[in-house]
Amino acid sequence: MAEDLKYAVEMRNVTKRFGDVLANDSISLTVESGSIHAIIGENGAGKSTAMNILYGFYKADSGEILIAGQARAIENPGDAIRLGLGMVHQHFMLVEPLTVTENIILGAESGSSVAIDFKQSRARVRELSTQYKLRIDADARIESLSVGQQQRVEILKTLYRGAQILILDEPTAVLTPQEVGEMFAILRSLRDGGKTIIIITHKLAEVLSLSDRITVMRDGRVVGNLSTEEATAEGLARLMVGREVLLRVEKTESKPENAVLTVENLTLESSTVHGSLSDVSFEVRGGEILGIAGVEGNGQTELIEIIAGLRPQTRGEILLEGNSIDRLDTRRRKNLGIAHIPEDRHRRGLLLDFDLAANSILGVHRNSPLSGKVLLNEQVIAERANKLVREYDVRPPNIRLPARALSGGNQQKLIVAREFDIKPKLILVSQPTRGVDIGAIEFIHKKLIELRDSGAAILLVSAELDEILSLSDRVIVMYEGRVVGQVDPRSVGEAEIGLMMTGGKR
Amino acid sequence: MKKLVRELMFPLVAVIAAFLVGGVIVWIVGDSPLLVYELFFTSAFGTIDGIGYTLFYATPLIFTGLAVSVAFKCGLFNIGAEGQLVAAAFATAWIGLVVPESWPALAVTLLAMLAAVVVGGVWAGIPGVLKARFGAHEVITTIMMNFIAAGIVSYLTQYHYRKQGDPILETLPIAEMKDGVLTGPHIPRMHDLLAPFGINFPERLPLNLAFLFALAACVLVYVFLWKTKWGFELRAVGSNPSAAEYGGISIARNTIIAMALSGMLAGMVGINDVLGYRYRYYDGFSAGYGFTGIAVALLGRNHPVGVLLAALLFGALARSQLFIDIFTDKVSKDWVVILQAIIILFVACEAVFRMKSKRKAA
Repeated sequence: MAEDLKYAVEMRNVTKRFGDVLANDSISLTVESGSIHAIIGENGAGKSTAMNILYGFYKADSGEILIAGQARAIENPGDAIRLGLGMVHQHFMLVEPLTVTENIILGAESGSSVAIDFKQSRARVRELSTQYKLRIDADARIESLSVGQQQRVEILKTLYRGAQILILDEPTAVLTPQEVGEMFAILRSLRDGGKTIIIITHKLAEVLSLSDRITVMRDGRVVGNLSTEEATAEGLARLMVGREVLLRVEKTESKPENAVLTVENLTLESSTVHGSLSDVSFEVRGGEILGIAGVEGNGQTELIEIIAGLRPQTRGEILLEGNSIDRLDTRRRKNLGIAHIPEDRHRRGLLLDFDLAANSILGVHRNSPLSGKVLLNEQVIAERANKLVREYDVRPPNIRLPARALSGGNQQKLIVAREFDIKPKLILVSQPTRGVDIGAIEFIHKKLIELRDSGAAILLVSAELDEILSLSDRVIVMYEGRVVGQVDPRSVGEAEIGLMMTGGKR
Repeated sequence: MKKLVRELMFPLVAVIAAFLVGGVIVWIVGDSPLLVYELFFTSAFGTIDGIGYTLFYATPLIFTGLAVSVAFKCGLFNIGAEGQLVAAAFATAWIGLVVPESWPALAVTLLAMLAAVVVGGVWAGIPGVLKARFGAHEVITTIMMNFIAAGIVSYLTQYHYRKQGDPILETLPIAEMKDGVLTGPHIPRMHDLLAPFGINFPERLPLNLAFLFALAACVLVYVFLWKTKWGFELRAVGSNPSAAEYGGISIARNTIIAMALSGMLAGMVGINDVLGYRYRYYDGFSAGYGFTGIAVALLGRNHPVGVLLAALLFGALARSQLFIDIFTDKVSKDWVVILQAIIILFVACEAVFRMKSKRKAA
């Protein structure tokens, strides 16, 4: 069987065009049966497009798809499911108040046309969960499950529908280090059970430890096809970006000066644990990067937004260079030199339908010489925008394009350019490289270090533990709205910090 | 400019398509589409009277179209332009009725115009405050304000300012002909405005100074929205409130400003009707201008140039409906209403089409 079905999936010369953009340029790839196949590439490289074509979300303009050796026309996800494909999206598609079993059978109910055979369905869910060591309680409600468990429910859902080929889109983006380990074990056991796994990712370390084969994409084309044994992180990064990339953050010892930001007993009362803060105190000095490690949703978002003036605290004090800023609104705080790179650039950071020039003045648009008493100073704005776009290498460098037209990395570079241009004393940085390609990550990291070295205080929040540990000079860990500890980023082990992040150690 | 042309492309296609479908309807009814088209163009644009009336009918729609657009640019749906313009029109007449006759007419006229703008602004500003302060949805509150305005104004007209024994629900006049001269607060008609330039614009046409105000309003709205820092803030809130907030822009303040400006524009309809045309408040003067304004804004893409063109089209349709009714055997004037509906449908289709293509691209 393994011989005649060597390839579970074959894509031949698949091309897909969106308007002027060639998202997939005659890509060809083969996925061996019973293997874990990674597809890597920067944002906009076309990997998600390729998988969405495979799963029937998009229709290819030309090209062929073979499933288990036979050419197939996949018109919609229903066709894909019937052919044994299953997809786990980055954003889960689960109904929170329903149980695991109810979610899994949704749309694939067994039994007669009227009654649902819950008993049989539940038994099947249990059986699958045990078989692949997913450890999911078939009767648990989704809302009571952790993010990692919810993801496993998504996998169960595809298995329940008979998937032989699983496509996972950035599966580790939402997981803690421990959960990542568990997920890898599950994926390996699925492979050993005969399933074929396709995983889309941009994290090189994960690719190297998990996959059997790797397809590298860049600018809509397949630029590399290799077995994991012959791959190195540097080599993959070079293929992805098309040039040499510095994977390590290069920095010197920090030379901390006086405290720039002091947070004292900051408390935010909230009806849920997620989104509350209790007695958070710390300080950030000029010339250092303080990292906040923690699983998302443990108060980091609220903390940053309170400091930026976007929401009020219940109690506690915030001092900038010794002066309370509690009474100041967002604009005044910005004018005092607090820059903010928000965690969600689409929701907070950009006016997507406005052009780059307009986005380049958001937050400083009332300052001279960008605007006068009444009118915006369009010429000054355009000159400044052109300068920022050039200095921060935002592509395409056309300030009349809407921000929506840019890739994630270039959008982020635009925000970084805008925020760094105010010569900040304090920089609040949240998820600076989420959804950003390697080239832009390298650039943003370098800029952050540069600003640190010029004396700015930087408060960094990131879900990427690697990023926190490699950039920060000091790291505090947050769990359920509290600071549960401080660690030295140079010496701490992943296991130790992971335990703190999940409340295991105080 | 290129962008503007591209923006107006779709509405243009929608209008042409609507006319074609409208033609088919005429054909089904059993008349000649070509005759109807010809009647439309000649009655609306073929004579000086036609042009005069088309512009006159377009004037209130320019104001209400702009009103809806300004609110929309801040992400607000002002369905209450009708109530705002009714309240404002009554206030305009009320000033003319209560200010002593000894005051100079020009001062009273200016005061009455101010009243129109202020009352319109306040009437829309209230839903703005309710939204900013309590989160009350402006669609609900502006609709309710429509009924309140209609009720109060009818009551005041009926019981306090009506001529004794007059069966028509209207106030006493604020300006009257005395010795062949219109005396009392009013704004000049186009005839009087153009006479000094040696242009003989017929005196019988009601087109007046308010039309020039409407053109000026288009320019001012454009400059405000796209050239001033306040307009930038208003549009930012409309485009993405979270990002605007992040940029230090107050959502609450801009909500109130946008609604008040919207109401002020709607209120200017009162100037056209009371000071420029009837010289009194006539209950029921508005042929649904506030609601047609929504269609005008939609067709005009919430851009002042688009609004102007859309208002002219709707004005032309309003002008031509009587002629189409009279000079065809079987087509009634309701054909114009059907045509308006088809235009809106096509424009709405395009919105759906856009949303889909945007989602695809994302």
